[in-house]
Amino acid sequence: MSQIELTADQMVNTAGAGQVAPAQSSDQTILTAAEAAQARKNERRRKTVACLFVTPLLLFVLIAFIAPIGTMLYRSVYHPTVSQLIPDTLQSLSGWDDSTGIRPEDAVLNIFSLELQRLAKERKAGKLAEEINRARPGSSSLIKSTARKLKKIDRNELATGGADQLLALKPQWQEVELWRVIKRSGAPFTDKFYLTALDLSRDKAGDIVPRDTRIYLQLYWKSLKIALLITVLTAIIGFPLSYYLANAPAKTANTLMVFVLLPFWTSLLVRTTSWIALLQTNGVVNSFLQWTHIITEPIEMLYTQFSTVIAMTHILLPFMILPLYSVMKGIDPSYFRAALSLGAKPIPAFIRIYMPMTLPGISAGALLVFIISIGYYITPALVGGTDGQMISNIIAFHMQSSNNWELAAALGSLLLGLIMLLYWVYDRTVGVSNIKLG
Amino acid sequence: MNFPKYFTIWQKLGMHSLRLTAWLVLVFLMLPILVIIPLSFNAEPYFTFTQGMLALDPDAYSLKWYEEIINDDKWILAIKNSFYIGLCATVLATVLGTLAAIGLSNPVMPLQRMIMAMLLSPMIVPLIITAAGMYFFYTQLGLAGTYLGVIIAHAALGTPFVIITVNAALSGFDYSLMRASLGLGATPIQTFFKVIMPLIRPGVISGALFAFVTSFDEVVVILFMAGPEQRTIPRQMFSGLREQINPTILAVAVLLVVISALMLMTIEYLRARGERIRSGEI
Repeated sequence: MSQIELTADQMVNTAGAGQVAPAQSSDQTILTAAEAAQARKNERRRKTVACLFVTPLLLFVLIAFIAPIGTMLYRSVYHPTVSQLIPDTLQSLSGWDDSTGIRPEDAVLNIFSLELQRLAKERKAGKLAEEINRARPGSSSLIKSTARKLKKIDRNELATGGADQLLALKPQWQEVELWRVIKRSGAPFTDKFYLTALDLSRDKAGDIVPRDTRIYLQLYWKSLKIALLITVLTAIIGFPLSYYLANAPAKTANTLMVFVLLPFWTSLLVRTTSWIALLQTNGVVNSFLQWTHIITEPIEMLYTQFSTVIAMTHILLPFMILPLYSVMKGIDPSYFRAALSLGAKPIPAFIRIYMPMTLPGISAGALLVFIISIGYYITPALVGGTDGQMISNIIAFHMQSSNNWELAAALGSLLLGLIMLLYWVYDRTVGVSNIKLG
Repeated sequence: MNFPKYFTIWQKLGMHSLRLTAWLVLVFLMLPILVIIPLSFNAEPYFTFTQGMLALDPDAYSLKWYEEIINDDKWILAIKNSFYIGLCATVLATVLGTLAAIGLSNPVMPLQRMIMAMLLSPMIVPLIITAAGMYFFYTQLGLAGTYLGVIIAHAALGTPFVIITVNAALSGFDYSLMRASLGLGATPIQTFFKVIMPLIRPGVISGALFAFVTSFDEVVVILFMAGPEQRTIPRQMFSGLREQINPTILAVAVLLVVISALMLMTIEYLRARGERIRSGEI
């Protein structure tokens, strides 16, 4: 009946299951050289055929799935925008030592004024302003207004006296800090997005220091807490039902299992919609509670962390029940009975004899629920409000609204690293090839 | 419930409370899905039961939200898109996934475990990361905002399920049948369609259904990659829930529940059939 079937002995046997043991012949027939060559040839042919079957999908997944993820990872460290906008300036800045406290020479400023003028004419100055502003807030207007004014000045004049022009327009161009930022933004490979994603930044000397405001670490922490809470809730709620189903007569269990599987098969958006209908201010739950006079004023339940947790617990509960149920079904009830008849009290016997045998099911379900919930996007986006947002939502925000794709990629890579670690643990303990559906 | 005679009163009480808890959990699982069914027939544009509905007044119920779906071009386009994209992605995922599962189940296959973990990874990577990566990559290839791009993306997400179900169907597969067929003069293609395919068909079909549901349900990749022309049902629901909530969404949700129930029934039938094939009854 179960979708995801993991039996206790499968879990034990996974340790060496993946390795292919070479075929060992029990009888010691001695092959002639020609026969051995033929056997090797056959073996090679079978290998080639097997590979031919796998290759199309392997290529497809590599191109359609792995390559996109790879480019995203690359994007989180490679950011050539500034180096493409002002290549000559950066070239000339490479000789400038930013720790001296003296601004770059006039020659550098001349080159920069020419490039800024070109950007202004190509309408790309805003792009540069945005990039520099990210590293040094407040630079945006400086760059934009300078660029606007530079447009009117003659090119030849800038080539020789661009530095004076810049300083005359805005005295801020004197600041060493500004040039330091420009120089650092110009590096095409950068760790700055990872630093931002970890709430770190570089100080004037280039050392890594924590930021004053912690946004992302806090969000990772919150996502972990929510995922853990959901995992614990699904385990607590799922355990009694799985136990009941595993010990009920087959016919009852099969019928009741439909009530677990129907939600599992129902669109996630449908289930999220249901929770909106249930939890909103004038929704079913509030109306019911008011009708029964338990409360007089409606409670604000939707668009909170509470609604995210309850909706996700509901959505992910089948992922806990199904593996738990199939493990429990394989547990021999006579151990528990033996413990009772040998004089153990029911509750200690249950905890010490039965519960440890369900551990494979609980751990499989818990890992699955945790992995899925840590990266959840849709449900928090729809019912979470501001307080129930998770790390995925901030990634989506940087993709769609703030257009800071590199930061989104860095945040995503960190999340991916966490999930891959859990996936690896799952593969080691449960074995990915032991996941069964249907 | 019948208890053995030696059960104490406390044990009986314990069993009763277990049964009660189990039923409460079942109610928790089903209630949110059931509650939207009557709400979708609400005559008023609310997400809640009106006084008239509770009094079972026939005037308080109406089919107007269902009519609204039929009369709204956006919903019709979304329904068409969902089926079109879903079916194309399913065919692609099923063909590639079935072949790969056959190759992977062969014990001579090198690097089996590693390849398996890689092919199953689309199931584990959070959709938001997949969507972000695909958006960068497919835009460069000019595939963002096209049907082809969305179909390829959805097919990639569906293949792990096909591999898992076909792999399970192959677990009891007797390879001597394949050798016998080849030895008796059948071509590899004949062997595939006449010998292997009939035996693993339930696994292939349930894998295909999983792949279809994956695409049919998917919204995050669509949200990032699809243009307005490729809006699907979940995408339309997502924007409906964010912008103006009205019971049309509930009516769509009820239709989706009906579709899921049909799929569940098919899967269960296939599973029972697959078990019988494996145990040698058919």
